Amino acid sequence: MKLPDSVENFFEQMGRFMQMVGRVFAWTPRPPYDWRELFRQMVKVGVNSMPVVLLTAMFTGMVLALQTFSVLRRFNAESFVGSLVALSMVRELSSVLSGLIVAGRAGSAMGAELGTMRVTEQIDALEVMATDPVHYLVVPRVWATTITLPLLVVLGNGVGIFGGYLVAVVLMGANPVSYVDRTFQYMELNDLLSGLIKAGVFGFLLAVIGCQQGFYTTGGAEGVGRSTTAAVVVASIAILISDFFLTRLLF
Amino acid sequence: MAAMTPTPEPSGKTDSAQIRIKDLHKSFGPKVVLDGVSIDIAPAESLVVIGGSGTGKSVLLKHVIGLLKPDSGTVEVDGTAVETLGNREITEFRRKFGMAFQEGALFDSMTVWQNVAFPLQRLTKMSREEIDDRVQECLKMVRLSGVGDKLPSQLSGGMRRRVGFARAVAHQPEILLFDEPTTGLDPVTTALIGEVILDLSDRLKTTTITITHDMESAFLIGDRIAMLYQGKIIADAPPEEFQRLEDPRVQQFIHGKAEGPLSEVTLEPDDPDSGGSGDPDL
Repeated sequence: MKLPDSVENFFEQMGRFMQMVGRVFAWTPRPPYDWRELFRQMVKVGVNSMPVVLLTAMFTGMVLALQTFSVLRRFNAESFVGSLVALSMVRELSSVLSGLIVAGRAGSAMGAELGTMRVTEQIDALEVMATDPVHYLVVPRVWATTITLPLLVVLGNGVGIFGGYLVAVVLMGANPVSYVDRTFQYMELNDLLSGLIKAGVFGFLLAVIGCQQGFYTTGGAEGVGRSTTAAVVVASIAILISDFFLTRLLF
Repeated sequence: MAAMTPTPEPSGKTDSAQIRIKDLHKSFGPKVVLDGVSIDIAPAESLVVIGGSGTGKSVLLKHVIGLLKPDSGTVEVDGTAVETLGNREITEFRRKFGMAFQEGALFDSMTVWQNVAFPLQRLTKMSREEIDDRVQECLKMVRLSGVGDKLPSQLSGGMRRRVGFARAVAHQPEILLFDEPTTGLDPVTTALIGEVILDLSDRLKTTTITITHDMESAFLIGDRIAMLYQGKIIADAPPEEFQRLEDPRVQQFIHGKAEGPLSEVTLEPDDPDSGGSGDPDL
């Protein structure tokens, strides 16, 4: 019996993903530990994505304030805008949006970089020189992204809340003191932590997927293009779907 | 430039073979690439494997170093069957080898110096000074002194390949593998690279396998030439003898004629990706 190509392809991708996850965990504890490469990758992921992440968080916070202000006014509940903006950003939006952006910037770069190394035989060359390419290339990228994405999300939280404050106070004339009060009144540590845990998981997923797409590239320059696109598309889908299950699990 | 080095056992059917390939089969999806290849290579011998594009020459080479696993058959190096080695053993096993890839396969984020130093850092316990000395020595050997600080992207194609050779020989391997060292280079660079290979294999007394479809360098480099066609070795002889073989396929290949028994295969597109089943470049 022959399965449809799309089904076969799905299971092939899943198999490769699981295999890559397994190899990452198997190689992580083994020396040599390349701290410099880890740090270099963290800087690359963080610096590349920071401007866009902050811009997105800023405007998301602003739009949230704008939208909720006009709706909540109908119930005379506009004083809750601060709580709503803060909780939405911290629990959900900051991590998901940052994840999608980093998938587009860093994940795609990983797909392209490893894909190019594959088609120019650099990955074979690593293997020939007794260097496991997963250990050397994938492990630092995966952990760098897993660490850096939550850091970006912390910044995004702050900037998003500030954006909401600006709109509510400056544009809508809310009372600044009570707005700030409301922002933190209902927030629990758990809200913050679960957002960061999500971000860590998204970082791990998008880096593994980006590396995996690059790692199994075939077919020259065109293949590298395909891997780069797939790195973004697959990682974005993975982030959105896993977000649902993580939210269910964490709250 | 037909400076032939005498070899201990040019016939290849000896008990002292360093590399012994027995009835090797490999397919990618429906495409049969190697269909029962058997060949022995003696220590310090220089074997050249020729054949048209897509006949599986690179695939053969990748089996010798364990980058690909055979569907059936064995590759033995110094009596060890490569396909039975586990992850850790294969690392140890690969110390014996140096491999130069088609386009050099230099790490493009590293300088030339870092590229050549890489196998020394990974495979030896040499100190930083020893590594630097060795890197300079290897770059001199391929006539590229003074480019250590350059990035691969700043070099020409021929230079990149020579850096690839320097990297392949740096840790003084017993066996050298050259994958299409001259494809797509101008005649002068081709001759230079042929001489560099000859120089390396003469001076270092290493066993070498070179893959090429350039007949001139084949005759220059090889102690023995084997021709791969439709997944099988169809000819295997020392260069002078090889030139006189009457097999029309061999004659067509040597003289580069379009018409003849090989035409179907040599006209086949070179793109290995049409199957989409994860074939590496053939």
